[in-house]
Amino acid sequence: MSSETTASTNTALRDNAEVAEALGRHYSAGFVTEIEMTGLPPGLDEETIRQLSAIKREPEWMTEWRLKAYRHWLGMPQPDWAKLKMDAIDYQAISYYAAPKKKPKSLDEVDPALLETYEKLGVPLHERAALAGVAVDAVFDSVSVGTTFRKQLAEAGVIFCSMSEAIREHPELVQQYLGSVVPPGDNFFAALNSAVFSDGSFVFIPKGVRCPMELSTYFRINAQNTGQFERTLIIAEEGAHVSYLEGCTAPKRDENQLHAAVVELVALERAQIKYSTVQNWYPGDENGVGGIYNLVTKRGDCRGDDSKISWTQVETGSAITWKYPSVVLRGDRSVGEFHSVALTHHFQQADTGTKMIHIGKDTKSKIVSKGISAGKSNNSYRGLVKVEKGASGARNYTSCDSLLIGKQCGAHTFPYMEVKNPTAIVEHEATTSKISDDQMFYCRSRGIREEDAVSMIVDGFCKQVFRELPMEFAVEAKKLLEVSLEGAVG
Amino acid sequence: MLKIENLHARVEGKEILKGLSLTVNPGEVHAIMGPNGAGKSTLGNVLCGRPGYEVTAGSVMLDDVNLLELEPEARAAAGVFLALQYPVEIPGVNNTYFLRTALNAQRKARGEKELDSMAFLKLVREKLKVMQISDELLHRAVNEGFSGGEKKRNETFQMALLEPRLAILDETDSGLDIDALKQVSAGVNALRSPERSFLVITHYQRLLDYIEPDFVHVLADGKIVESGDKTLALKLEEHGYAWVSERAPQAAGARA
Repeated sequence: MSSETTASTNTALRDNAEVAEALGRHYSAGFVTEIEMTGLPPGLDEETIRQLSAIKREPEWMTEWRLKAYRHWLGMPQPDWAKLKMDAIDYQAISYYAAPKKKPKSLDEVDPALLETYEKLGVPLHERAALAGVAVDAVFDSVSVGTTFRKQLAEAGVIFCSMSEAIREHPELVQQYLGSVVPPGDNFFAALNSAVFSDGSFVFIPKGVRCPMELSTYFRINAQNTGQFERTLIIAEEGAHVSYLEGCTAPKRDENQLHAAVVELVALERAQIKYSTVQNWYPGDENGVGGIYNLVTKRGDCRGDDSKISWTQVETGSAITWKYPSVVLRGDRSVGEFHSVALTHHFQQADTGTKMIHIGKDTKSKIVSKGISAGKSNNSYRGLVKVEKGASGARNYTSCDSLLIGKQCGAHTFPYMEVKNPTAIVEHEATTSKISDDQMFYCRSRGIREEDAVSMIVDGFCKQVFRELPMEFAVEAKKLLEVSLEGAVG
Repeated sequence: MLKIENLHARVEGKEILKGLSLTVNPGEVHAIMGPNGAGKSTLGNVLCGRPGYEVTAGSVMLDDVNLLELEPEARAAAGVFLALQYPVEIPGVNNTYFLRTALNAQRKARGEKELDSMAFLKLVREKLKVMQISDELLHRAVNEGFSGGEKKRNETFQMALLEPRLAILDETDSGLDIDALKQVSAGVNALRSPERSFLVITHYQRLLDYIEPDFVHVLADGKIVESGDKTLALKLEEHGYAWVSERAPQAAGARA
């Protein structure tokens, strides 16, 4: 009798320990900043858009551009082809603009609460304390609160500012390029973004300039019931080079929040753009409550000959991730690359991949995708390689690997290919593996604890992609994976 | 040092070890031989705590530590090492990094100071010299794309670096040609010391030409049925395992 009691107590203790471990899943960015905010009430109609445009002191053409996108959006159905289970989004329940009340004129005037927020996230905005060699644009809810190293960049002729500022200060560039890669009517979420986008980063690298430092944008969602609709536009003129990195976090909340961004990249002749993402939006808790819906359209246009665009992404956050950073290989001999690590745990879902559209001659693309699923999550790779008629000599190499941790998760691969030119060579390799019991025992028999063994094996699995990230961020990404996998074994 | 008493163990509900007893003193090399399915590899796995191997009776003491109570990683820290018959590949994980993680995990568990990369590299160089292994294997991912010989050599190198008190070699000779066998054996012999004991599990006598055992035991149907010095291995080679099974009921009877 007494031994039975002991046994059941032990089981209960163990269960509690597991629950405690899962609850303790460490999302260190989950705090809320107390700051006085101003914004628009929830709801969306033409008036909302006019108000938004007015708050941002936008020129008439911008307001019209938004309204046109909005009218287009009204006629579009929300797509449902992805392998995602998603609650219906009530677009009238979302507030489309939220911003800290005090408007700083320069970095020195930024609210200390905000500075502290970014400090805590490991992105100090004081240039003294800033990451060496990295200029940061900090976007807080719907607005950019500051951009560092602007003076040094300006000396090199580089424009790095918020999108709102670019619309006012560099209208000719914005008018020329905005929507030229992702047209307002491209897809449902891109149309919504075009209508209501609030802020984001604008980068312009003039002809022949190699950007003297890494550029980065840090997106932070803070306000409740707000959607973040950022818009980023990067233009690299002939022979220009730039490396850009974005990071994202949000507080822990029980409601799902919407993040619908559009990113456009334009590379002219011989230009190179390297775009890296470390996405750590709040993923929801271990029961699948809360978390960000990350529904994003990212596309690069290799508009000039011999240009190159590469996407590198490490995705560990969000309840739902739905995005396909793509490259249109228009220029002859242009190169597109996509390196991705997508990790899902608990009830997270990801449907992500890329599109490589070969139009120019002798264009090359390379896709390396690593999906890691743990818990009860679902992780899908969806990719399209399209070779148009005129793209003679086009080459593509795709390698797509999935790693499963545990027995309740899923990994899926949906590769699509459309090849209209007989000289093209398209290669696809896919593997699915599990962290095998043999691998675990091997590590443990050498003295390595289970959790450490899992991080080590996952790190090895992702190595090919981590190599593509700028040094500091590779370290960051590795840590992020470790944290995201806490509680994945045992 | 190692004292196994009346060990019974099951795998997938099937009893494999049926009352195995064995005592190994410091510095001794014991060979465990026996026909296929006798339980040789099970013994190695049970000693290291591999999940799926269930001990139903008996005890295993390493000095005053009850090994059966420890997780596999704690047994490693206590000084048990298993050189696997089929070493596992871990793609993308650098061999040196793996070894340093393992060594430091063990040191940490024992309350010793972890080695920084400089101190670790120094240790690696020393061991490479002793083992006469080129450092080329260290720059590759753990066992990834290694030949059979390279995998076994890598196991031996891990053993050299982790400096176990009890090293268990599970069919280390399987899949090796004669040159590789000589190399691996030379590595093992270089690690023999008065403090370190070996359990050499093998199907064939030929390994014992290179790693000379102090004792040879024959394992049949989950028990040790015959023990002797190295000449026992030669007798086995001559008569085959059938000779032992014929004698087995007698041996078992004599013990009871």
